[in-house]
Amino acid sequence: MAGVMVDVQDLRVHFGSVEAVRGVSFEVARGSAFGLVGESGSGKSSVLRALAGLNSDWSGTMRVDGADLTPRRERAFFRRLQMVFQDPYASLHPRQTIDRILSEPLIVHGFDEIDRRIARALDEVSLPAGMRFRYPHQLSGGQRQRVAIARALISEPEVLLLDEPTSALDVSVQAEVLNLLADLREARGLTYLMVGHNLAVVTHLCQSLAVMVNGEIVETVSSDDLRAGRVQSPHTAALRDLSLDLAEAHGEPAGAEPTFGAGPGEIARRAL
Amino acid sequence: MTHAAPLQDAPEGRRAWLLSQTPQSRRQAAWGNAYRRWLQFRANTLAMIGLVTVLALILAALFAPLLATHDPSAINLENRLQPPSAANWLGTDDLGRDLYSRVLHGTQVTLGMVVAVVVLVAPIGLAVGVFAGFVGGWVDTLLMRVTDVFMAFPKLVLALAFVAALQPGITSAVIAIALTAWPPLARLARAETLTIRESDFINAVRLTGAGRLRIILRHVAPLCLPSMIVRVALDISGIILTAAGLGFLGMGAQPPMPEWGTMIASTSGFILSQWWVPTIPGVAILLASLAFNLLGDGLRDVLDPKQE
Amino acid sequence: MSITVKNLRVSFDTPHGAVEAVRGVSFTIGREKVGIVGESGSGKSLTARSILQLLPSRARMTADELSFDGIDILATRERAMRRIRGKRAGLILQDPKHSLNPVMTAGAQIAESWRAHRGGSRRAAMEAAENLLEQVQIREPGRVARAYPHELSGGMGQRVMIAMMLAPDPEFLIADEPTSALDATVQAEIMRLIDQIASERGMGLLLISHDLPLVSHFCDRVLVMYAGRVVEELRAGELGQARHGYTRGLLSCLPSLTHPTARLNVMQREASWLA
Repeated sequence: MAGVMVDVQDLRVHFGSVEAVRGVSFEVARGSAFGLVGESGSGKSSVLRALAGLNSDWSGTMRVDGADLTPRRERAFFRRLQMVFQDPYASLHPRQTIDRILSEPLIVHGFDEIDRRIARALDEVSLPAGMRFRYPHQLSGGQRQRVAIARALISEPEVLLLDEPTSALDVSVQAEVLNLLADLREARGLTYLMVGHNLAVVTHLCQSLAVMVNGEIVETVSSDDLRAGRVQSPHTAALRDLSLDLAEAHGEPAGAEPTFGAGPGEIARRAL
Repeated sequence: MTHAAPLQDAPEGRRAWLLSQTPQSRRQAAWGNAYRRWLQFRANTLAMIGLVTVLALILAALFAPLLATHDPSAINLENRLQPPSAANWLGTDDLGRDLYSRVLHGTQVTLGMVVAVVVLVAPIGLAVGVFAGFVGGWVDTLLMRVTDVFMAFPKLVLALAFVAALQPGITSAVIAIALTAWPPLARLARAETLTIRESDFINAVRLTGAGRLRIILRHVAPLCLPSMIVRVALDISGIILTAAGLGFLGMGAQPPMPEWGTMIASTSGFILSQWWVPTIPGVAILLASLAFNLLGDGLRDVLDPKQE
Repeated sequence: MSITVKNLRVSFDTPHGAVEAVRGVSFTIGREKVGIVGESGSGKSLTARSILQLLPSRARMTADELSFDGIDILATRERAMRRIRGKRAGLILQDPKHSLNPVMTAGAQIAESWRAHRGGSRRAAMEAAENLLEQVQIREPGRVARAYPHELSGGMGQRVMIAMMLAPDPEFLIADEPTSALDATVQAEIMRLIDQIASERGMGLLLISHDLPLVSHFCDRVLVMYAGRVVEELRAGELGQARHGYTRGLLSCLPSLTHPTARLNVMQREASWLA
């Protein structure tokens, strides 16, 4: 699909007295997934927060689906753009049941058939219906993150901001959540903007990504090029080397074994 | 909306319904949560002692006329200063009035004052604190300076000054105590709000486009309630002591009202000879304060959200 | 210096009955680097903490044998344990923000650790603290020593923790998810530091993590735990020859930069693994 969904030009974000983001520009095509990779302090989360309207101390241009964003956001904006936070242990209200948490966006936006929508949302993220009236502390980290994803999608947005959604999860749970995110994006035609520090995870979900260092983008590259080593910035090369270094430690993944529940889809093997 | 599974008559059935890991409705979830907390509370012996004592006090206050053996204001000068006996379970005071009945009726006075103060203080403290903490800016500064002014006075001194300005009596005492009791609650609510305000789940609610008022009322304030409840329970012992202190100084309840502090004041001269006359109301004050303290401690262990 | 664990069991009481979180774990550690890998709830952290009697008070621990360099840990009282903890065995935890005292400077905390186990004057301790900060590769030890934990980045905070732990010169180190709260690049740096220190000082190392590649990169042996049991034990370079379904599942569900797949393999848990 053609069309730019998220367009950021020369964005500068201040976090208190610090300039966390210093002139960042990128575009995310409609229906695609774009990654922002960098270390803590690189400013990647600040970009997300400025886009989401959680930080109004920014300058530059930000456009979602062609419309310019202002420091104050209208309620209608939040129907188009939502966010999944990093820490599943902090992103759900500790005193509200899952049912209540999921109903909140529906109530605020004035949806109807709230009961049915909640049931469907839980089903979409493969959470058993029995979880619906539990409290967050009765759920595991992976289950909480699924609730967070369900909450983000329940108001039917078109853009999803993902702030390191799997960093706090075990690898087995991470695999499930990443698969879920990939499926949802395809099923609903969503646009993703994902922030992370693990190159393997980000390239798995995103077609292209930008590497941020100290508040600036040092390189924007497609995942294919990154895998093949066609990178220009030494920072990117270093990140790639690190990822490969750790991957060598366990040799080739046993991805070809059919007994491990490999889902539909090809397993592409590429030469380095 | 799915209906809750019907409550079964057998205790095992009800317990299973409460402890179910897959509640079928918000009601079931809320009840189950409360039940789990109750089980936790019940395991704490001291807290249970506090709870039982508080309940006994409440019952005593409610049924004082039924439980008393004599009319608390019936003067019987021939029977003054009698030690505890079968006729007067706790003895009689300097005017021959039965001490047991007076202490019992005093429960009504004391708990009545406590309830009045809490009803005034808790909502105001919570509202001021949460609002100041969430909105920030000059509103926060202004409200906090106002609380600072009230907090600058020692409780008893401000209460005394206030009561002296108005007529001494229970109403003035209640208002005076309330004036000094609300600022710490506001500060506590504000401190909790400042922490909560930055959490991701509040950000998530902001991302629904909800207005500030909705966020404060429905998401922030409920989280401040547990610590407020604990603080109020612990403060009650202080309120009882302040009320007794005012009564002792003649500024609170006026004789012949059987308020414990007033009772001590009017009979303190007998401490060396008929020691039980001023001591017994003192023991009542001690027991009541201690009971609320234990209850508050127990509640804190159970309600503290950090434990989850 | 060796640690022997035989049939360790740790259980908790819940309203639903006793729950066994560690179900018969046995291993020995000498002057080598051993990693324990498992997901949340596998019991790996509890296993490590049992060695130093650092379990929560509600936990109940039994074992056929649990000894540290010949000392029977099960029979050791708290006062004697304090002579082992810190002095002979150090512990690094996950998030320096939670494990460093927020109202003391980094240098003061390291100095305190030094003085608690070695005595000496305050000045000597502060000097030793700066020395230790240099050993953990902090470039401006003076500045960091005077800084408070909230002024330090995650990686720096972790280095401070390592320095604190090194002050009494222990023989054994337990690192409980030391890098889980850190970025990929910083993770590698901290792990290299721990690896280097353990090698230089001839310390035994027990590394707890959920990150199998990371652990196998830096350890000699890896124990894989699932649901309270050790299901597999491997030499670090032999991960490719893992036999147990859980280990293979862990390896196969990782996204790979070089071998991308459209869908990640999802672990199919077998009931037989719980036996």
